[in-house]
Amino acid sequence: MWKFIVRRLLIALPQILLLSVLVFLMAQMMPGDALSGLIDPNIDPAAIEAQRERLGLNDPWHIQYVDWITGVVTEGDLGRSFRYKMDVTEIIGQRLTNTFWLSLVTLIFTYLIAIPLGITSGRYNDTFRDQMITGYTYVGFATPLFIFALVALWILGFQFGWFPTGGSVSPGLTPGTFEYFLSRLHHLILPALSMALITTVNTVQYLRSEIIDTKQKDFIITARAKGASESRVYNRHILRNSLLPIAAFFGFEITGLIGGTIFVETIYSYPGMGQLFVESINLRDYSVVTAVVLLLGIASILGALLSDIILSLVDPRIRIK
Amino acid sequence: MDNKLLEIKNLKTSFRIKDDYYAAVDDVTLTVNKNEVLAIVGESGSGKSALAFSIMRLHNRAKIEGEVLFKENNIVELSPSKMNKLRGNDMAMIFQDPLTALNPLMTIEDQIGEALFLHNKKMSPKERRNKVIDLLNQVGIPRPDYTCDQFPHELSGGMRQRVMIAIAISNNPELLIADEPTTALDVTIQAQILDLIRDLKENMNAGIVLITHDLGVVAEMADRVAVMYAGEIVEIADVHTLFENPRHPYTRSLLNSVPSDGHEGKLHVIQGIVPSLKHLPRQGCRFSARMPWMDESVHEENPVLHEIAPGHHVRCTCHEHFYFPKESKEVQNDGIS
Repeated sequence: MWKFIVRRLLIALPQILLLSVLVFLMAQMMPGDALSGLIDPNIDPAAIEAQRERLGLNDPWHIQYVDWITGVVTEGDLGRSFRYKMDVTEIIGQRLTNTFWLSLVTLIFTYLIAIPLGITSGRYNDTFRDQMITGYTYVGFATPLFIFALVALWILGFQFGWFPTGGSVSPGLTPGTFEYFLSRLHHLILPALSMALITTVNTVQYLRSEIIDTKQKDFIITARAKGASESRVYNRHILRNSLLPIAAFFGFEITGLIGGTIFVETIYSYPGMGQLFVESINLRDYSVVTAVVLLLGIASILGALLSDIILSLVDPRIRIK
Repeated sequence: MDNKLLEIKNLKTSFRIKDDYYAAVDDVTLTVNKNEVLAIVGESGSGKSALAFSIMRLHNRAKIEGEVLFKENNIVELSPSKMNKLRGNDMAMIFQDPLTALNPLMTIEDQIGEALFLHNKKMSPKERRNKVIDLLNQVGIPRPDYTCDQFPHELSGGMRQRVMIAIAISNNPELLIADEPTTALDVTIQAQILDLIRDLKENMNAGIVLITHDLGVVAEMADRVAVMYAGEIVEIADVHTLFENPRHPYTRSLLNSVPSDGHEGKLHVIQGIVPSLKHLPRQGCRFSARMPWMDESVHEENPVLHEIAPGHHVRCTCHEHFYFPKESKEVQNDGIS
């Protein structure tokens, strides 16, 4: 078991390394460098060239890469944002917490919605209940997330005024107090819910078809032949076997969430990584873009890693002895 | 003393196709006595498995009519909770394909233990584990305490079938239904599994319903044989009578299709195919379509089982006139068993 996890971790490391090389190369390919935009154009070009030489910007790419990655790993140095005039690490630090909470609440909503719906739909397939649920999943598949988020914002935020329409917390509250926590939660609910209602449809469909599939397996007949009651057959045998692919899907769920937060954070002006990413691209704040791409990439790799580990915990066939 | 263990009367199991019900088991009347092996033989699609599933009431969506009397209960009308008390306890079943019949996510101990737990909630986990090891020993698994903690994918097909048998016998059932228990296994393992079932039968005092299409298995295991064709029983007899004096055209054709040592030339082939559920003839002799060389007038209008000798029943009168077509002559059957 532990061997498997360690092995899987060792596979993830080269993936992250490769990702960092790609991200670095893409940043290199972007026009301009630190000295072309930040410097007074009246300075003598020879002096600029001397500075380039001093800063190592004329070195071949692999030496520059090693410099950069050493800085990232040892000091967490991801460069400086020219827009905020702050270290990228510092900017991302605040945003990352916000996005983390948004993703977590979305994930909780997703599974809270998906699992009961999937189970009902799979167990009572082809009944009226099932048709209602499948109908919802079709609508969910067909509706683009940003449209749904906009409509939800307009109706629940502006028309009814039940939820705040932007930001991550009401101004004037002290961090650490209960009001502060409630206000953050209040700001989270609408973006998280609108994202969850759309992303959950995959999981509902997966779970439904898995349950219908598992219901017809031979070992279910074995369980019935042992004298197990219908509810025991569902809880003990069908559900556990049907949740395997959902566990496998978990990592991709995280990756999908990252894409989702980019839309949702922009629409709800929620100060997270996604919003930062979009703003930074618009303003050509390259050091921030590079850092965000790197972090999101790492998050995807870790998501897949998490999936594999969860799957190995629940499915004995995956474990390597 | 009443020796009857299971009494099936006019059982009819129908499945719904679109808006109509079609009977896969039609008007089957049968008894299984204590401590005997009743074999049910027939081609694929003749309704043998449907019959077995009806006895255990394991069909999901089927209409079952008639009576199945077992331990003073009519299984057809029993409530689901009472049925659950019988299943796995007084009546148990072994399935065709051991590769898919075990839950891939549960250890062997948990799977056998579940059968014990469901019918005896007082047993402590420790007692249960000991009982599981004991059962694995009985079915001939070499290292039971080690196998306990293994998962199905770590065992071979033969071993998994032994585990299935351990599940079936865990509560000492009075009736054991084996639905083609050796079909999915290779020949050497088949013999071992059959030996095991025979040993268990002697120790357990259970009635066994053995479903198979392998006449060799029938000759080796059965006390009595029921031959099914197209959902009906066409002939019942004790095993010696059936092999020495088969009467129904279908039984004779089946026996004639078995390759034997002395047989030379082409093997007999029964003409035509088993009709599908939807196209079964519902009137007259159902086998008549597969002996087109015979005169139509030899069949009864509504064929019934005739007792032609004590304990030997044959459906329809056509057997009195039956002959094989000229090009395939009947083989004298002496070899199997």
